[in-house]
Amino acid sequence: MQIERYAAAVLVAVFMMLGPSLAGAHNYKAGDISIEHPWSRATPPGAFTAVGFLTLKNVGAETDYLLSAQSGIADHVEVHSMKMQDGVMKMRPVGPTGLPIPAGKSVKLAPGGFHMMFIGLKKTLQQGQTIPVTLQFKNAGPVMVDFVVEALGAKGPGGMKDMKMNHKSGQE
Amino acid sequence: MSYRPIALLGIVLVAAGVTAFSVYKQMERQPTVTSRAASDRQFGGPFEMTDDQGHKVTQADLLGKPSVLYFGFTYCPDVCPTTLSELSSLIDKLGKDADKLNFVFVSVDPERDTPKHMHEYLSYFSHKIRGFTGTKEQVAAITKAYGIYYKKVPLENGTYTIDHTASVFLINQKGGFVATIDTQEDQKTALGKLKRLVAMAN
Repeated sequence: MQIERYAAAVLVAVFMMLGPSLAGAHNYKAGDISIEHPWSRATPPGAFTAVGFLTLKNVGAETDYLLSAQSGIADHVEVHSMKMQDGVMKMRPVGPTGLPIPAGKSVKLAPGGFHMMFIGLKKTLQQGQTIPVTLQFKNAGPVMVDFVVEALGAKGPGGMKDMKMNHKSGQE
Repeated sequence: MSYRPIALLGIVLVAAGVTAFSVYKQMERQPTVTSRAASDRQFGGPFEMTDDQGHKVTQADLLGKPSVLYFGFTYCPDVCPTTLSELSSLIDKLGKDADKLNFVFVSVDPERDTPKHMHEYLSYFSHKIRGFTGTKEQVAAITKAYGIYYKKVPLENGTYTIDHTASVFLINQKGGFVATIDTQEDQKTALGKLKRLVAMAN
């Protein structure tokens, strides 16, 4: 009885450790900010832009700001808000004050909402690649993270994609 | 004597049933009437653009077969490539029926989307999706004809993005408006709409 319970606990612990890595999750920490599974999407040939998503969690007592980001894969990286208003897609830079991450809160950059935009892409992004990006926070400072490139149609990081997208290989 | 109330109740029930039936029939008829009216509503108008192969195209290219039209730009980071990849997946699901429809991605970015660039970009998606682009004036004309909103918005580093109508438009073979597919719609609903469009082609 005791042994069985112990074995079950070990199994649960093992799955808890394996779970996130199986799901493709990877997290980083900078001061009070934790950065959860940064991911991007593959880009069509000749694409000038790519997108970046992640979740920022502030465990501190003070609002922090994502001020800027840099990456060798693009000329510029900006943080944008995006919304659909009466069927019109509207995208706006968050501006020089940066993206606020309130104390004790999470801010999600996800499809259909906030995103990071890689502008002036130097090469096509392919599924499975990782892109090093330096995020600059007002309080937490700079932190280097890897964005994992998912399929073009992906709706979320690792394992959440719901369609295969590369038609090139299948039809030519 | 004691049967009278029951007989009365019977008459009331039958009457109620008849009324309910006719109301039901009426309700059933309603959508057909609406959708027929919708199909007669002309959508769009004459235009001249260049396709991604470099050929001149006009409104005639969208007639004769129902069309699926999406306006966007290749520098768009999130919504446009997502919509084009979902459309590609829907085209796969339609199989041979996809040949009964036109699929067109119309650029609202005449400055950056050359026919060659459109062709390269679209090669990643279903090859049934054609790209239309043109001069500033031509893009202004087609968007006006189809009631598409678009507006250049500067970004922080000297580049720009474009606010634009992001619905997918379904048009019948005579150029009549049928329906839209919105970016957030689930694939099953979207596929159902495309199948109805295919049925119109038959």
